[in-house]
Amino acid sequence: MPTVAPAEVEQVSGDTDLAPDRPWIVLVWNDPINLMSYVTWVFQKLFGYSLEKATELMMDVHEKGRAVVSNGTREKMELDVFRLHEHGLWATLQQDD
Amino acid sequence: MLRRWRVKRSGSTYKLNLPGPEREVILALCGQLKELVSTPPDAHDERMTRLFPTAYADDPERDAEYHHYMHDELVTSRLASIEMVEQTVAMTELSESQLMGWMRAVNSIRLVLGTLLDVSEETDMAEIDDDHPDVGHYALYAYLSALLEEIVAALG
Repeated sequence: MPTVAPAEVEQVSGDTDLAPDRPWIVLVWNDPINLMSYVTWVFQKLFGYSLEKATELMMDVHEKGRAVVSNGTREKMELDVFRLHEHGLWATLQQDD
Repeated sequence: MLRRWRVKRSGSTYKLNLPGPEREVILALCGQLKELVSTPPDAHDERMTRLFPTAYADDPERDAEYHHYMHDELVTSRLASIEMVEQTVAMTELSESQLMGWMRAVNSIRLVLGTLLDVSEETDMAEIDDDHPDVGHYALYAYLSALLEEIVAALG
């Protein structure tokens, strides 16, 4: 699965995670309700991806069941998950492994 | 067959070409959605878990914390989109932010309807018989999907 181009990985001091060097990632999961066009639109608007990149991520979600759409600090990823939830997408965050 | 368009971009605004009865249906659905999102969180109500999904799949403690802090924010955000539709339901021209409110509200309604109908990737609206007990809801779901498709295309 192609990974998202690493955004600026911020090193937050005072992070209590056991492995602070491992970034957090946001996953979007396939679901049968959200329209492909809508998911692509959301990826473009929320993350500023090009139509091509957003379509590629949407197809990954659709065909592989999930895709990493964002990565960074836990706080930032939690906000991304919230914005995806606002738009009705199935999104979770976890520490990258 | 030439089909009537419902949403079209016009310069910096968007034309909304919906007959009165369709607007009334959307308004009524928004009222029901408002009631649902305003009810307390219920992990056993799949409509609620679809509107307020898990954030930490492998960490129940952090997930509970996320919902503790974010649930009300998400309620506020959903109510804002519903109220946007309520305030503009009779209008024929919308701003971009108003149309985005419509987009989120319509999709929230689709999430609830699709969950109740247990829609899957294999669900084919054309195969739902006229005498199916849920045929009305399937028709509504298909209508809202077509409307959302047009909104997304117009917003571009």
